[in-house]
Amino acid sequence: MDILNAFVLLLNFVVVPAVSYGSQLALGALGITLIYGILRFSHFAHGDIMAFSTMSVILATWAMQGAGLSLGPLPTALLAIPLGIAVTAALLLGADRSVYRFYRKVKAKPIIVVMASLGVMFVVNGLVRFIIGPDDQDFADGARFLFTVREFRDFTGLDEGLGLRTTQVITVVVTVLVVWALFWFLNRTRTGKSMRAFSDNEDLALLSGINPERVVTVTWIIVAALITICGVLYGLDKSFKPFTYFQLLLPMFAAAILGGMGSPVGAVAGAYVIAFSEVAVTYAYRKVLEYLLPADWAPEGLVQLLGTDYKFAVSFVLLVIVLLIRPTGIFKGQTL
Amino acid sequence: MNPRTPLLFAVMGLLLVYVGWSQSPSVALGLLTMCLLSAIMALGVNIQWGYAGLFSTGTMGFVALGGLAAVLTSMPHEAENWAAGGPRALFALLVGAGIIVAAVLLWKRLPPGTMRTAAVGGVLAVGFWVYRWLYDPATIAIEGTNTAASGYLGGLGLPILFSWITGALLAAAVAWVIGKISLGLRSDYLAIATLGIAEVIIAVLKNEDWLSRGVRNVNGLPREPVPYEVDLQASPEFIAWAEWLGMDTVEASSLFVKLCFVAIFVVVLGVLMWMSERAWTSPWGRMMRAIRDNETAARAMGKDVKARHLQVFILGSAILGMAGAMLVTLDGLMTPGGYQPLRFTFLIWVMVIVGGSGNNWGSVLGGFLIWFLWVQVEPMGLWVMDLVTGTLAEDSPLRAHLIEAAAHMRLITMGIILLLVLRFAPRGLIPEK
Repeated sequence: MDILNAFVLLLNFVVVPAVSYGSQLALGALGITLIYGILRFSHFAHGDIMAFSTMSVILATWAMQGAGLSLGPLPTALLAIPLGIAVTAALLLGADRSVYRFYRKVKAKPIIVVMASLGVMFVVNGLVRFIIGPDDQDFADGARFLFTVREFRDFTGLDEGLGLRTTQVITVVVTVLVVWALFWFLNRTRTGKSMRAFSDNEDLALLSGINPERVVTVTWIIVAALITICGVLYGLDKSFKPFTYFQLLLPMFAAAILGGMGSPVGAVAGAYVIAFSEVAVTYAYRKVLEYLLPADWAPEGLVQLLGTDYKFAVSFVLLVIVLLIRPTGIFKGQTL
Repeated sequence: MNPRTPLLFAVMGLLLVYVGWSQSPSVALGLLTMCLLSAIMALGVNIQWGYAGLFSTGTMGFVALGGLAAVLTSMPHEAENWAAGGPRALFALLVGAGIIVAAVLLWKRLPPGTMRTAAVGGVLAVGFWVYRWLYDPATIAIEGTNTAASGYLGGLGLPILFSWITGALLAAAVAWVIGKISLGLRSDYLAIATLGIAEVIIAVLKNEDWLSRGVRNVNGLPREPVPYEVDLQASPEFIAWAEWLGMDTVEASSLFVKLCFVAIFVVVLGVLMWMSERAWTSPWGRMMRAIRDNETAARAMGKDVKARHLQVFILGSAILGMAGAMLVTLDGLMTPGGYQPLRFTFLIWVMVIVGGSGNNWGSVLGGFLIWFLWVQVEPMGLWVMDLVTGTLAEDSPLRAHLIEAAAHMRLITMGIILLLVLRFAPRGLIPEK
C-alpha cells in the first residue's frame, strides 16, 4: 500500500506536470528547430511572439465569452486558436518581409539575423505590454478537473490522490495530434518534402526547382500554428504573463539544442528531457520517502535537490553538458 | 578619430542641455549620471563583442554581481548572524568548490568509459549530499537570526568605493568559470548559454537570503565620499554657499549630490576609455581583431584563440561588474527583482550596435543616446497619446488604457531603432574605421 501511495504521489506531482509541461515545451522547441533548419538562425523573438499570439487568443476568447459562446466543459480559448494562428502568421510574415528577408538576400551572417530578431523581440514585447499590459491574465473556463485528488482518493481508498486537470489532458491530446500532423506533413506531402530538401541542402533544392520564398512562407505559417497552440496550452495550464513567456525562451532553446538543432524528433525528445529534469530536480521528495522508508528513517528536511526558483539552472546545466559531450545534440541536428 | 565623433557628441550634449532647460537641471543631471553609467556598461559589452566577436547575453548577470559586491563590501558586518553560521556556510561553499574541482580532475585523468562516468557521477552525488548537509543548517541559522532587521551576513564595512574594484573582481572570477565552460560553443549557443547563466545568477541573488537578503532587498547602502542631501541642508557652510548662488537649499543640495556623482563617473569613464583605446591600438588589440575577423588564420599564426577569448570575456565582464557596483552605489539599494534582461542585457546591446560596435567612442555615444531615449521616450509617448486621444471623452476607457500603456512605447521605439540601424547603418553611428 505504501508503495502504491508513493507511486501515486510521484504521478501527481512529477509525472503528470512534467508530461504536460514537456508537451508545451515540445511545441515551442519544434518552432525554434524549424526556423533554424530552414532559415538558419536562432529565433530569439520566439518567447515574445508566443506572448503575442496568446494575447490575440485571449482577446478573442474574451469577446466570445462576452457573446455567450462556449465549448461546454472545454475552454473557449480552443475556439479562438485559429484566429490567433492567423494573426500570428500575419505578424511573422510581416516581420519576415520587413526584416528577415533582407538579410537572406544579402546572405548576412547568422549572428546578424539573431540581432535583428532581438529588434523584433523588443517591438513585439512592447506591443504585447502596450495592448494587454504586463500583468497576469486569466482566460481559462470550462471544467477545471477531469477528476480531483479527493475523487481519486474516495474511489481507490488510497491515502494519496491523483488529480487530473482538464487542461493537462487537453495539452497532451493536442500535442500528440499536432506533432503527428507535423511529421505527416514533413514526410508525406510534397511541400513538406521540399522543406526537408531545402533544409538538407539549399543549393541542391534550388537546383531542383524548389521555390525558396514559398518554403520560407510555409515555415512561418507552421511556426505560427505551433507557437500559438503552445502559448495557449501553457496559458490555460498555468497562466499568461508576458515576462514568463519571454523566460520560456531558455527551456525551449535548451530543448531544441539538446535534441539537436534542426531535428524535429530531437526537439520533442529534448523537451521531455528538460521538463522531467526540471520537475524532478525541484520536487521535494520527503513524503515519498516517508512512504518508502521505515518510520524511523524518515528524512528531516524536504529532500529537495534544488529550490523551484533554480529551474533555469536545470535547463542551463543540461544544455552545457550536451554541448560539451555531444555538440550535435541527442539526434544529429542540422537537417529536418 | 572619426570626424563625425565630436559632432555627434556635441548634438548629444545639446540634447541634455535642452532637457536641463525645458524640464529642469536636476532631471538633466540625473539623466547624465545614468548616461555615463550606461556608457561604461556599453564599453564592457563592446570589449566582448566589438573586440572579439563574442555574443554573450549574460550582461545582466555580471551587472548584478557588481551589485552583490557593493553589498558585501560596504554594509556593516552582522556579528550575530556570522556567529550563527557564517564560518560553516563559507566552509560548505569551499567544500562545494572542492567537489567540483575533484570531479573535473577525475574526468580529465581517468580514461574514457563507463568507469569514468560512474566515478565522476559518484563523486558529484556524494559530494552534493555532503555539501547540503554542511550548507543547509548554516543558512537556516543565519537567516533565522534577526530576520526582520538583517537575516544575512552583512558585509565588510569598507567604504563603498572599494566595491567598484571588488565588483569587477567578483564579476571577473565568475566570468572565468563561465568562460571556461561555455566559450567553446558556437556563437548563438553561447548566447543562449549566457542568457541562462544570467538568470541563474539572478535566481541566486533572489533566493540566497543569507547572502544578500534575497527579495527583501538591501537598502541604505552608505555612499561615503558623496554627501547626503540632508547633511548638506543642515550644514551652515552649504546654506551660505547656496544663498550666495541665490538658490533654494534643498534644490542646491540635490544638484550638488548629482554633480558629485557625475564628476566621479566621468573620471571612471575617462580612465576606462583611455585604457580601452590604448588596448585597441596596441598589438594586443590588433591580435584580437585578427582573431575576430578570421579565427582560423589567427590560429595558424600561433595565436591561442581560446585563451584570448577567455581573457577578453573576463575583461568585459569586469567592467560590467564595476558598472553594477556603481549603479548600486548611486541608488543606495540593491533589489534583485529589479534586474530584467530587457533592461540590463538587451538594452546594453542596442547601445553598442547603435553606437558602433568595435568603436569605443561609438559605444559611449550609444550608451548616452539610447539611455537618453529610453527615459525621454516615455514623456514623448505620453504626449503623443494625449494628442491622439484628444478627441475622446475624458472618461473613455480606451483613452485611459492608451495613456497608461504609453510607458511601453519605449520598448517598441528601441526595437525600431535597432532594426533601422541594423538595416541601414549596420556599422553603427560611429563605425569602427
